[in-house]
Amino acid sequence: MRTQTYILNMGPQHPSTHGVFRIILELDGEVVVKAKAVPGYLHRGIEKLAELRTYPQVIPYTDRMDYLASMLMNWGYVAAVEKLMGIEVPERAEYIRVIVGELSRIASHLVAVGTYSVDIGGFTGFLYCFRDRERVLDLLEMVSGSRMTFSYFRIGGVADDLPPEFFPTLDKFLHDLPSLCDEYDGLITGNEIFQARTKFVGIIPPDVAVNYGLTGPNLRASGVLYDLRKVRPYSVYDRFDFEVPLGKNGDCFDRFAIRIKEIRQSARIIRQAVDGLPEGPIMAKVPRVIKPPKGEAYAEIESSKGVFGCYVVSDGSTQPYRVHFRRPSFINLGYLEKLLEGWKIADVIAILGSLDIVLGEVDC
Amino acid sequence: MAKYDLAPELVDLLKEKFPSLEVLGEGVVAVSKEELLPLMKELKENPSYAFDMLTNLTAVDYPDCFEVVYNLVSLPLNHLLMVKVRVEDKENPAVPSLCSLWGSAIWQEREVYDLMGIDFTGYPGHPTRILLDESFKGHPLRKDFQWEGGRE
Repeated sequence: MRTQTYILNMGPQHPSTHGVFRIILELDGEVVVKAKAVPGYLHRGIEKLAELRTYPQVIPYTDRMDYLASMLMNWGYVAAVEKLMGIEVPERAEYIRVIVGELSRIASHLVAVGTYSVDIGGFTGFLYCFRDRERVLDLLEMVSGSRMTFSYFRIGGVADDLPPEFFPTLDKFLHDLPSLCDEYDGLITGNEIFQARTKFVGIIPPDVAVNYGLTGPNLRASGVLYDLRKVRPYSVYDRFDFEVPLGKNGDCFDRFAIRIKEIRQSARIIRQAVDGLPEGPIMAKVPRVIKPPKGEAYAEIESSKGVFGCYVVSDGSTQPYRVHFRRPSFINLGYLEKLLEGWKIADVIAILGSLDIVLGEVDC
Repeated sequence: MAKYDLAPELVDLLKEKFPSLEVLGEGVVAVSKEELLPLMKELKENPSYAFDMLTNLTAVDYPDCFEVVYNLVSLPLNHLLMVKVRVEDKENPAVPSLCSLWGSAIWQEREVYDLMGIDFTGYPGHPTRILLDESFKGHPLRKDFQWEGGRE
C-alpha cells in the first residue's frame, strides 16, 4: 500500500513548549520522521541592547533571559565583568550569592519538575511544586524586593545584606524541604503511568550529549559528571560538601529524577552556607563609574539549566563593546531535532519537557 | 580560572605543528582560517588535548576585522582553550564550519550567521537564520547596523 508522510505544525502557541516555540513535525502515521525546531519568537536582541548601556545597566537585562533562575543569570554576567576588572568579591557577598543562587536553582527545578508532571498528564504534582516554589519566591522577595526579576547582584558584590527575618523563614523551609521532595517522589516519580511514559524514552548517549554541548541536568542524566561547582569550583563552592547526582540511562525519566535529587543537594549547600556565613562587607571597593580596562573575559557558572557563560569585550569605555551569552537552554535545544526522530508524537511532548528549556534564554 | 588553562608546553607543541598559531595570552590562541579545521581536528582527536566539547562559539565585529571566538573544554582532562580566528574580509566574511567535529556548532554557527552575518563554509546545506525571520534585512550585531528606536 502506498503511504506518504505529512506535516504537523506544533506551536508557537502550545502550552507544552513552555513559551513560544515552534516545531514542524514530519510524521509517518504517528512516528516522527523529521523535526524542524523554529526558535526566535522571544528574541529581544539583549546582546545588541547591552552595547548601548553601561555595565551595571546590563544586569536587569540578564534577569530576562532565564527568568526562572534570574539570580544565576545575574551571577554569570557579573562574574565576567569582575574577571575583566580583576575584582575580588568579599567573602560574605560570595556566601550570600551561593545562598540566593541555590534558592534560585531550587525554584527553577521546582518549575521543571511541576510542569513536567503536567506535560505527562498529572496535574496534582504541578500544584504541589508551585505551592512550595512560592515559599522560595517569598524568601527571595525578602532579599531583593522582587519575586522574579531580582537584579540583586552588583559588580563586586550584592545589592543589600540579608534581612534578619530571612533566616528563620529559610530555616523552616530547609527543614521542610526533604519531606516535600519525598512528596514529589511519591506523587510523580513513583507513579506507574509516569514511569511508563518516560522510562527509556528519548535516550541521549553520553558521547552524543558531550558532542552536542549539552550541559546541566541533561548531560548528567546521561551519566557524565560535569558540574562546574564540582569540576572547576568558582566562588566558594569548594568549601561545601555536596554530591552531584548522576543518571544512568540518559532517558526522560533520568533527566526528570535528577532535578529532584539536585534540589536536595542545593538544600545541603544552603544549610552549610548559612552556618558558615562570615561577617564583613557585601561589596568590594569598586569605582563609582565602572570602566573596565581594554580587553576581554569569558566566565562560566553552573546555572540550573547548564553552563551559563558570558563573554565581555571592553574598549575601555563605560559601555561594553560586545557581550555574548552562552545560554544553556539554547545549546541543549540544538540536539532536539535529532532526538525526536523515530519517536511517537506523544513522546515529543515528553522529550521536549524533559529538556527543561526557558524560551527567554533560548531566544535571548 | 588560570589553573585550568591548557598547559603552556602543550601549546608549544601545537605551535610547531601549526605555523600560523599565535599565543595571545594564557589559554588563548589565534590561528589563520586556513589552519582552523586541521587545528581543531588535532585538538579534538589527539588524546593529550582531548577537547571533546565546543562550549561556546561567538563573533565580534572590530573596526578592521571580524573575530570568531571558540571556547573548548576537555571533560576528561579538565582544561580549557580559547581559539580565535581573524577574518579580514569585511565584505564577505567566511570561516570553515566545525559541524563535522562538534554537533554543538550546528546551532551556534547558525546564530553567528544570523546575527553577525559570517558565513561558514562547509556547513551542511547553508547556515540559515535561527532567531530572526528569513525576511529580515541585515545582521544586527554588526556595528554598522542601522536600527530605529532605542532610548533617545
